[in-house]
Amino acid sequence: MNVDKILKRYNSDRENLIQALHDIQDNTEGNYLRTGDLKKAADYFHMSLSEINGVVEFYSMFSKKPRGKYIIRVCQSPPCYIKGAFNVLGELKNLLGIDLNDTTKDKLFTLETTSCLGACDEAPVMSVNNIIYGKLNTEKIKNIIKHYREEKRGK
Amino acid sequence: MKKEIKKILISVEDKTIIEGVAEFEKIFKEKIKNKELEKSVKLSRTGTFGVNTKGISIVIYPGGVLYSDLKIHDIDKILNQHILKGIPVQELMPEPISERLSEHGFNPEEAKNENRIVLSNVGKINPESIDEYITSGGYNAVKAIAEEGLEPKDIIDIIKESGLRGRGGAGFPTGLKWEITAKESSDEKYIICNADEGEPGTSKDRLILEGDPHRIIEGMIIAGYAVGAEKGYVYIRGEYKISVERVVKAIKDAYKKELLGKDILGTGFTFDIELKKGAGAYVCGEETALIESIEGKRGNPRIKPPYPGEKGLHNKPTVVNNVETLANIAPIIVNGSKWFHSFGTEDCPGTKVFTLVGDIKYPGIIELPMGVTLREIVFGFGGGIKADRGLKAIHLGGSSGAVFDKSFLDVPLDFDSVKKQGGLLGSGSVLVIDNETDMRNYLENVLLFFKHESCGQCIPCRIGTARLYDLVKKLDKNGQNDVIISNMEHLTDVMFKSSLCPLGQSLIYPVKSIFKNFGNEFK
Repeated sequence: MNVDKILKRYNSDRENLIQALHDIQDNTEGNYLRTGDLKKAADYFHMSLSEINGVVEFYSMFSKKPRGKYIIRVCQSPPCYIKGAFNVLGELKNLLGIDLNDTTKDKLFTLETTSCLGACDEAPVMSVNNIIYGKLNTEKIKNIIKHYREEKRGK
Repeated sequence: MKKEIKKILISVEDKTIIEGVAEFEKIFKEKIKNKELEKSVKLSRTGTFGVNTKGISIVIYPGGVLYSDLKIHDIDKILNQHILKGIPVQELMPEPISERLSEHGFNPEEAKNENRIVLSNVGKINPESIDEYITSGGYNAVKAIAEEGLEPKDIIDIIKESGLRGRGGAGFPTGLKWEITAKESSDEKYIICNADEGEPGTSKDRLILEGDPHRIIEGMIIAGYAVGAEKGYVYIRGEYKISVERVVKAIKDAYKKELLGKDILGTGFTFDIELKKGAGAYVCGEETALIESIEGKRGNPRIKPPYPGEKGLHNKPTVVNNVETLANIAPIIVNGSKWFHSFGTEDCPGTKVFTLVGDIKYPGIIELPMGVTLREIVFGFGGGIKADRGLKAIHLGGSSGAVFDKSFLDVPLDFDSVKKQGGLLGSGSVLVIDNETDMRNYLENVLLFFKHESCGQCIPCRIGTARLYDLVKKLDKNGQNDVIISNMEHLTDVMFKSSLCPLGQSLIYPVKSIFKNFGNEFK
């Protein structure tokens, strides 16, 4: 979607900046914020590019690097840790053949970590595009990845 | 004779979504249709049932019969037996809490009861229906303002007399907070609902917002009226997808019923609410960082004073209240401050919503009077330790709180008693750790969390969190740990005294308590 159009949904009070950035990122292929778009947003909100970069880089949900269609975020906080969160991360690295913060070659998955998602009773948990998956084990992780791979092929 | 309509409420929240509640609900609806029961059965969604149930769960009214840990093949049994013949399906009912209590040596008659003030509607009404909220007594507190002519000062007096203290963790008296802002003269004032729940091991704010969003809106309207604010913000962390959706709908519906906007119920009072989504930063749960974030900036905490009550959002007087605090407001206005004092302890009246997680049989949220003990929570309501392993530790109040061993089990849980023991009640998170966990590894993980979440603005926290993480990795089973431990403890002292906000200050709690209570693991 056209960035100018997205920006026009908001008035140019800086209060709306973070909401607009969410909107832009969600509507950009690759789930990220392009420098060109950030320049437009900076103009719109009467800020400098460096200032807007400062905001973007502060928050973990924003990315300036292109990412996959599905962003997998594995919780690393203590409640998930005692339930084996690091194994989950290891399994995913193996399964996807990528390292942390990398994207698969088919541009389908990006692997990230996150702090507590507040679904600790289902630990260990991860989210895929903000949908929570819990009580993860090898079998479940495989099925989840398979599900998203098939969805991509239009099944 | 007219047949009584049976109401089936199905809990839709992360816990049940993970177990496949969407598919379950779909098939349930189809089966109701196939059996031509559409006229006698009404199926709708509700919030969490807390520690009462596991997995996919429903409740059937009349009777309020709970079914837990359901699979798709259980649907026929429920329809054929309970709905058609009126005989409850015993084997699908969860182990009642009274049984869990007596199993662990508590007398269910004498044990504390779950008192639902905050959660009175959660798991009982459809959170997406404003009508159900109103039918269950919702917006009566706003109506009371309109009909009984309560003045802002009267509201503040009631909240002050109730003794309600902030449920975000700090325990500051809410009435006093409101009074400070009410006394400020300013053209604009603001109410902020802090729903940036990020304290590891805590999901109560999410479940309150998902289960009863109108309660928060009502609390904010009353707060606005009391302090003279016309604008409110709900700041929800970006990761809480369902909370955001339900609050957006609730705000919209409240406007339609003229409970928000201009001249609410003819009182002449105007109040607007806007939702702001966070973007992933633990530190934004700190009130001044949250304010910066609403202003569209990096979430760096401000230097205090001035406090937000005097100079908050856009430098105007601002009340920042936690979700659970705001959820207490309407019941207090309707039932009075004396009623509120009938729960909890003298200095900490009311209840606390605890989040029970970790190696526990029945995880979830539970609302109990302040002053309840961990023994009751963990071994009574929570059903004890999973897989019958031994209890090693409890991390109370979130990652920023202290880690206790078994000797702490009988300390009453309220802000002051926990503080006396060198800990924090904090968010009310109860993370149960069994004896399989190595405490050095655990501490390393806690410190990794803080290293990652330090905003980097002030030096003691930015460098301190990184150094603590380096140091904990150097601790080993055979080495000379004493020097490292004393360096770490000293560093947390420095951070406690010199960090700008509670993020850096509070590391003293987990670090020192782990060394004190589990020192034998570092020898």
